[in-house]
Amino acid sequence: MQFGVFTVGDVTVDPTTGREPTEHERIKAMVTIALKAEEVGLDVFAAGEHHNPPFVPSSPTTMLGHIAARTERLLLSTATTLITTNDPVKIAEDYAMLQHLSDGRVDLMMGRGNTGPVYPWFGKDIRAGIPLAIENYDLLHRLWREDVVDWKGKYRTPLQSFTSTPRPLDGVPPFVWHGSIRSPEIAEQAAYYGDGFFANHIFWPREHTQRMVGLYRERYAHYGHGTADQAIVGLGGQVFMRRNSQDAVREFRPYFDNAPVYGHGPSLEDFTRETPLTVGSPQQVIDRTLGFREYVGDYQRQLFLVDHAGLPLKTVLEQLDLLGEEVVPVLRKEFEALRPAHVPQAPTHASLVAAAGGGKDSTVHAVDDVTGKAPEATR
Amino acid sequence: MTHRTLAVVSAGLSQPSSTRLLADQLAGATRDELARRGHEVELRVVDLREYAHDVVNNMLTGFPPTALREAIDAVTGADGIIAVTPIFNASYNGLFKSFFDVLDAGSLVDRPVLIGATGGTARHSLALEHAVRPMFSYLRAVVVPTAVFAAPEDWSDGTTDGALRGRIRRAAGELADQVERRPPTSGPADPFALTTDFLQMLGRGGDDTTVS
Repeated sequence: MQFGVFTVGDVTVDPTTGREPTEHERIKAMVTIALKAEEVGLDVFAAGEHHNPPFVPSSPTTMLGHIAARTERLLLSTATTLITTNDPVKIAEDYAMLQHLSDGRVDLMMGRGNTGPVYPWFGKDIRAGIPLAIENYDLLHRLWREDVVDWKGKYRTPLQSFTSTPRPLDGVPPFVWHGSIRSPEIAEQAAYYGDGFFANHIFWPREHTQRMVGLYRERYAHYGHGTADQAIVGLGGQVFMRRNSQDAVREFRPYFDNAPVYGHGPSLEDFTRETPLTVGSPQQVIDRTLGFREYVGDYQRQLFLVDHAGLPLKTVLEQLDLLGEEVVPVLRKEFEALRPAHVPQAPTHASLVAAAGGGKDSTVHAVDDVTGKAPEATR
Repeated sequence: MTHRTLAVVSAGLSQPSSTRLLADQLAGATRDELARRGHEVELRVVDLREYAHDVVNNMLTGFPPTALREAIDAVTGADGIIAVTPIFNASYNGLFKSFFDVLDAGSLVDRPVLIGATGGTARHSLALEHAVRPMFSYLRAVVVPTAVFAAPEDWSDGTTDGALRGRIRRAAGELADQVERRPPTSGPADPFALTTDFLQMLGRGGDDTTVS
């Protein structure tokens, strides 16, 4: 099982000090969090993509490429990549490049975005959100698997004899998760391709997650990728920890009460009961997280949100220490002991290469204009 | 003999509440009318006052807390709805509107609704026609022709034989007609149900008219 953190990269006032970080500070803090995640033994760092204040991560592959250069082992992912408003050709190119630079330490999570106005900024219409996600991903899927693509669709200009470069590392595209809160169509999409499904599982009741994962598993089996319990499931989660649970509640409450999204609404106690949010001791986080398995089955990836609502970097790094030292080692052991042998681990580049029968260089060499031959053949 | 459910939504704020009193009388009259026609009726009363905080939380977080979700399911899964609000500033009160604002789109389509209201003077009575009825029309519910307004004098007139009693009986009969005309509902719609499959979605290649 993989464990990690995901961040939306919000610039939010610390309600306890009134101080708001600069964009520069927040961007650097995201990098520090990623480096710390590797240091404390987590597996995954995933960054969101947003194109409006108060969010900073508009250019995910720039940030992930920088982190790739400064880490050895950490898997770099997204939460989420906007499959609706980005050009699938550019996603294919950017993430294949990142895949090469990181030596295969990359996967992606597709999402539709959470802000209506983003669509027209990129020439799209939110009312076509689902159809855009379907068409764009289908093209992206082909661009990574077919060297030369002829394509015509509704939402971008047609492609003739197009080769997306670089080709995926070892001829194996990055693994893809599809993220959704409550759109059954996206669970269906993930199931159709045999891709992973990631349930947001923060800020929403667990019933949403349970229903969506259940649907995804059922359809995964329907499309013949394996049994329902072999489908690849990831979950979010939101935690705040101190050794003493009362300290955690006391310290987190002002951040909770003023948080974007749910602040000034339900009480911390209500929200803890109604959603997967856990504020307490490391042991409470362990117990609650193990409980997720009871309503989604054995799953492959757990990402925690630990850095939003204006929490200072120092506090976030302390959260990562607790995750790395006390929580994740126990979760790893417990989940592994519970997992039946036929339920797979989350795919990695190495496992995908092995499944493909070994890696192969998939470079597409340019054709020589004069001789009509590829450079390889003229030598 | 069929089993029918009636949801009774009252947005009265005081306790006891004349709005709730009107709602109960409308519910009782409709139940009696349906029983007279051989239907077994189950009443589900939703006193919005009890869900006021939950309704606001739903607006802010995008999902109903458990207790509110059960109330919403009771309303959207009912065969008929009796909806009664006090009139504030020439319209429904904010709690009434907020409750119907957090329902999923489409959840009241073709649902029979009887509307009622209370107010400080009879001069507020047309708020039912220019505010409450259009809201349900927008939701594509079927609002029965008789809307029942109760002013203070209607209560002092005596509830057994006054004009109010007659309007309640007429409205209840109209709601019973509409309920009886439809098969029993199968409960609230399931928002997680898959209504298409992938090849259909892909083949359609993007239908701009589908608002998700």
